[in-house]
Amino acid sequence: MSMPRLLALLVVCTPAFGAGPNLGTPVSPAELAAWDIFALPNGGGLPKGSGSFAQGAPIYAQKCAQCHGEQGKGGISAALVGAPPIKSLDSPKTIANFWPYPTTVFDFIRRAMPWQQPRSLTDDEVYALTAYILALNKIIGEQDVMNAQTLPKVKMPNRDGFIPRFPDKMPPGPDRDM
Amino acid sequence: MEKLVPAAGNGLLDRRAFLRGGAALAAAMTGYAVKPAAAEALTEPAWSTEPGSLVPPYGGPSKYEKGVVRTLSNPNAEPRTQHARTPHHLLQGMTTPNGLHFTISHAGNADIDPEKHRLAIHGLVKRPLVFTLDSLARYPMVSRFTFVECGGNSAPLFSPEPIQANVQSLHGLASCAEWTGVKLSTLLEETGIDPKAKWVVAEGADAPHLSRSVPLTKILDDAMVALYQNGERVMPGQGYPMRLLLPGWEGNMNVKWLRRLQLTEVPGMSYYESRTYAQILPSGKAYQFYFIQEVKSFITQPSVGFAMKAPGFYEISGVAYSGNGRITKVMVSADGGKSWAEAALQEPVLGKAFTRFRIPWQWNGGAAVLQSRAWDDQGNVQPTRAEIVAHRGVASRVPNVLGFPSQHFNGITSWAVDAKGEVRHVYA
Repeated sequence: MSMPRLLALLVVCTPAFGAGPNLGTPVSPAELAAWDIFALPNGGGLPKGSGSFAQGAPIYAQKCAQCHGEQGKGGISAALVGAPPIKSLDSPKTIANFWPYPTTVFDFIRRAMPWQQPRSLTDDEVYALTAYILALNKIIGEQDVMNAQTLPKVKMPNRDGFIPRFPDKMPPGPDRDM
Repeated sequence: MEKLVPAAGNGLLDRRAFLRGGAALAAAMTGYAVKPAAAEALTEPAWSTEPGSLVPPYGGPSKYEKGVVRTLSNPNAEPRTQHARTPHHLLQGMTTPNGLHFTISHAGNADIDPEKHRLAIHGLVKRPLVFTLDSLARYPMVSRFTFVECGGNSAPLFSPEPIQANVQSLHGLASCAEWTGVKLSTLLEETGIDPKAKWVVAEGADAPHLSRSVPLTKILDDAMVALYQNGERVMPGQGYPMRLLLPGWEGNMNVKWLRRLQLTEVPGMSYYESRTYAQILPSGKAYQFYFIQEVKSFITQPSVGFAMKAPGFYEISGVAYSGNGRITKVMVSADGGKSWAEAALQEPVLGKAFTRFRIPWQWNGGAAVLQSRAWDDQGNVQPTRAEIVAHRGVASRVPNVLGFPSQHFNGITSWAVDAKGEVRHVYA
């Protein structure tokens, strides 16, 4: 094979990334920032900022209580406070009796709350509401400040309450012992 | 007709009777009352003596089919989840019409402008990328039939007593369509994958930004970004303009209005996987990451709400499916499980898709209990309800039929036919 022809083949066969259409646009972390909202159980994705029980109480009263009730219970939406015993498969699953990771509280408030105005809270407000709810449940103290360092270290009461249905379908690694 | 062979007790006939019986048998097995032909003089009706109506640009069903609709759990769109259930008892075949595909929307259907929608793939990749709908539509596509089933479908069967509700209420959160889109393995070839990545956390562009974690192995195996549903663009309730499709896996994980996939080392432990779709067990522990919609079947015709007016021939028909593979066998009983006959499987029989089964039945006018039981090509057998309850427990009280005491019920459903020909839901 002639050298020019070989070179042409190499050019055709070795584009920068794979042989696909390459129609995606490279995107930087800064461009992704507004969407980059997963708060992972190992603390990955938690933003800067912080909040406390005291800071959370007035935000809760203004933006959450109308659905979730004063002090996190008695509202039209799911109770946020309380740990009724798990007695049967249809027992209520609450933050305090069920949720395995504290980061889920932060993550769900940040992505989905308030229900009618999701993504309207600042990261500080989300930390404050997280602290407020965890403290009302006595999982943390009222003086504990929640931030990217402290939140992932909170041990939830039911942390060890889960088993995978089909262990062979679970990826290897630190999925349950983070 | 004279040589129909009994295949099991209480009138079940050999499935091959269809091949021999011909038109007379088929006509007698419509599921409606069979009346002996009372001859009546035939006339020219109005629709045969004048031209018909305008052909519309987008066709819909006949006005006489107004009753073939989904049932809504939250018809006033109150600020909670909305469910729309598929009317299996009024449908046939193995695909669900797009307008009747079940939908669960946790905060309504997002109204997305396809020009402005973006799909970002980032995290533990070599090159984070953003795709437009137009750019994705230029990729090589694949089509496959697959069912999607809510993890909570059939949850009323965890009730301690059988709830009197029809197959739409009990099993209407499962549907099957032909999906066309771009395989995720194709897109991840272009982003590259960091060897540390083990999970892909998916997120929707709906108001709750619904998110679920999927093992990377599943994403690379058969996951796709679906753009088309039964040949047309994905319906709004299915995630227009694009959804994650994970054939055979829990419906909620098939994230709709898909906008972001982040490759991670650990699962996200999102709200829906930490709470809603984790199932409490009798031990007090809970299953998390159930993933698979296991092998299952139910009879759709006859079923609750049917009134068979006269003894005679009927076709028993239903759907079977498995999130682990292809259906290999469906057995049907007309005597509450004492004896079983093998049903005919309607072609095509495809992996992780609805398979329609049929068997002829001669109802003698007496009591009968109809059941179906499915097997898949991975060696899985549909359990009895008693086996599920022994393993998973039972609800502490009779739940609302729209409620979800637990999820992942794939046990046998029993329909009792009484001497009047009315069908009830029973535990047998």
